[in-house]
Amino acid sequence: MDLRFTPEENAFRHEVRTFFTSEIPLAIRQKVEVGEHLAKEDMVLAQKTLAKKGWAAPHWPKEWGGTDWTPIQRHIYTEELQACSVPQPLAFNISMCGPVIIAFGTEAQKKRYLKPMYDLSEWWCQGFSEPGAGSDLASLKTTAVKKDGHYIINGQKTWTTLAQYADWCFVLARTDPDAKKQLGISFILVDMKTPGITVRPIQTIDGGHEVNEVFFDDVKVSLENLVGMENRGWDCAKYLLGNERVGIARIGMSKQRLSRIKQLAGKVMLGDKPLMADERFAEKVAAVEVELKALEMTQLRVLAEDAKRKSNMPNPASSILKIKGSEIQQATTELALEVAGPLSLPFLPDEADFGTGDHWAAPAAPAYFNFRKVSIYGGSNEIQRNIIAKAVLGF
Amino acid sequence: MDFDLSDDQRQIKDSVDRMLADAYADLKTKAAAQKEPLGFSKTLWAQYADQGLLGIPFAEGEGGLGAGPLETMLVMEAIGRNAAIDPYLSTVVLGGGILRHAGSSAQKAALIPDVIAGTRRLALAQQERQSRYDLADVSTTARAEGSGYVLNGEKMVVLGGDSADTLIVVARLAGAQRDRGGIGLFLVGGTAPGVKRTGYATQDGQRAADITFTDVTVGAEDVLVGKSGEALAVLERVTDEAIAGIAAEAVGAMHALHELTVDYVKTRKQFGVAIGSFQVIQHRCVDMFTMLEQARSMAYYATMMASDENATERRRAISAAKVQIGKSARFIGEQAIQLHGGIGMTMEYKAGHYFKRLTMIELQFGNTDHHLRLLAKAGGLIAPAAA
Ligand SMILES: Cc1cc2nc3c(=O)[nH]c(=O)nc-3n(C[C@H](O)[C@H](O)[C@H](O)COP(=O)(O)OP(=O)(O)OC[C@H]3O[C@@H](n4cnc5c(N)ncnc54)[C@H](O)[C@@H]3O)c2cc1C
Repeated sequence: MDLRFTPEENAFRHEVRTFFTSEIPLAIRQKVEVGEHLAKEDMVLAQKTLAKKGWAAPHWPKEWGGTDWTPIQRHIYTEELQACSVPQPLAFNISMCGPVIIAFGTEAQKKRYLKPMYDLSEWWCQGFSEPGAGSDLASLKTTAVKKDGHYIINGQKTWTTLAQYADWCFVLARTDPDAKKQLGISFILVDMKTPGITVRPIQTIDGGHEVNEVFFDDVKVSLENLVGMENRGWDCAKYLLGNERVGIARIGMSKQRLSRIKQLAGKVMLGDKPLMADERFAEKVAAVEVELKALEMTQLRVLAEDAKRKSNMPNPASSILKIKGSEIQQATTELALEVAGPLSLPFLPDEADFGTGDHWAAPAAPAYFNFRKVSIYGGSNEIQRNIIAKAVLGF
Repeated sequence: MDFDLSDDQRQIKDSVDRMLADAYADLKTKAAAQKEPLGFSKTLWAQYADQGLLGIPFAEGEGGLGAGPLETMLVMEAIGRNAAIDPYLSTVVLGGGILRHAGSSAQKAALIPDVIAGTRRLALAQQERQSRYDLADVSTTARAEGSGYVLNGEKMVVLGGDSADTLIVVARLAGAQRDRGGIGLFLVGGTAPGVKRTGYATQDGQRAADITFTDVTVGAEDVLVGKSGEALAVLERVTDEAIAGIAAEAVGAMHALHELTVDYVKTRKQFGVAIGSFQVIQHRCVDMFTMLEQARSMAYYATMMASDENATERRRAISAAKVQIGKSARFIGEQAIQLHGGIGMTMEYKAGHYFKRLTMIELQFGNTDHHLRLLAKAGGLIAPAAA
């Protein structure tokens, strides 16, 4: 056992960091750093830059643009990506739909979809959740009925992240109404320009437009857009949700946020000394740092173990990464809110200098509000605890 | 001890409850009010006046009701329960508080009747970029000139400051930036020459402004606290009253949010059953309820102590209350969103409105840690046993 990184691993870290800081425009990374909303073009430009280097999806097979990096290298990559405030490659493309097509899709589907997915020429969104089907995803009601060589899709999806930008949506729909719950669901690729699709924005509590309702009204989709076997879409969904754990702990991001917090708290004055020099505050920051370090080590252990696991099933330890990772992310937003203090009251969505100069405090409250989502989506923290209870305690 | 309301108090409570429940029944009406030129409903403000609510804390001789913190608490609680955005805190509690405690009879006679009639709104321009929660940290200056003063400086996040008719400006007459003495209070017209206001919405849907004062002249008749420089005691007292006010508001919001959450988990079905049937959800709701009741108790305590003549005791009590309110607001707000799932994250549903207001309440007039520090420094609430 040697818990230190090898010289090769450290050299690798240096290499990715140099690339991120020299090739991804500073203006974009600064937006991520201060917590400003990214424009679509920012995300596309960042991902295209990574794609050109061959680094947009390290965990994909090499023939589709992936790498042969070790799990530790992938961890270093993700950590540096987040630490350098590089926009994360779009999860719907890279961590969700791509791996499903690679694992379950036909050759023709791989050829058609993977490349534009990889470099974000095509933007994907996730059409899983419905008003009545959240944690209990298998109770979804959207239907896909076979008719004249097509599926006709009807129903409603909700909380669909960034559907307003999307070219494509991967949809879970019921293809066998008589089968029980998980059986009878299919994984179908839908072009967002197909007639019958309506996207309605939902304003979130941070004031942003991040999620949408998507309505399907007699939407006609080619049978070729089915991924895997009909009625076996649940296998794809389970595989996808397992894959979501890549980077789910967002350790690099929390590190970056903590260093930003310490920077700001070094400037904000509490009477005649900086807030960071206040013992109570400094101890609170240190406590989060300890949790984060523990999580980082846990993540490395999970990665090392995963490399040896044969099974496709997610390791229950990934639920720990989700629970702790989300709690730590939320804790960083609370600390940032405390730094901003009374100056976090102004709501300045349109300010050009949001998060900078005079308005350094403006993103604190929106980030705090927005990050409540991380313990809700991707399997809520209650659901994660249920998973651990079953796997570890046997209940 | 008597926790029951008198008939008069019950009447105030019923009338404000009814008025605000009607006005805020629909989030669309609230959104429309926010789009009005003032950022809140002018019609509703007139109703506050008609119901006598704007006169609650003012003496009967000034046209008010001559009532105290308890009656103010009833109004603030209703404001919280409805996530209302009207400038009651800035005009009646803060601005009105300063007038009550520092105004001369002439100043009171000139301003209070209009406040009560709903035709004059006030704002307290106290906070500065660097001041955080320290009321004595004042760098805006007041220079004596003739029989009056000239003000220069900048104030940040002045609640209701964007449209207030009269600003009450805290400015330094003498001494260093954080000296407790040498602070004055001045009345300045909202549109007086040299006043520049940048208004904006706040995170909780209310309004505020950053205001700069450039060579703003104040006549002798508009000086509330001048040469003596003893404004700090008044500021502390009014801030304590405001904390008692937002404590009540927070309790109103927490109560409504808890109810909303319990109703939701009883009706929301996943896995074929109401999510409220899961024990983890039940326990969470119970913890929220406990936090709510602890907060309610401390809001009462704050109300009781807000008018205490012993400033040291008063300030300790208010700090203690603010700590409990802050902790309860954080817990209840976060858990309410969590238990609602996705629906809690949208502005189209009321839970988020309460959560955002509660978050801001924690940050106003001293956050939880600020008041913990104050309380600890003041020796806490319980004296050590004799050796
Ligand atoms: C910002 C945001 C973005 C999202 N983006 C997408 C997207 O792009 N695509 C998509 O398909 N979905 C998306 N989602 C939806 C997300 O996956 C769901 O919100 C999540 O699955 C929870 O479902 P729900 O909101 O219906 O809450 P519910 O399932 O109704 O849960 C409500 C509460 O009950 C608890 N609960 C539920 N079941 C149990 C149980 N068995 N035991 C204990 N507690 C339980 C939950 O933990 C939660 O606290 C997004 C959500 C958010 C907030």
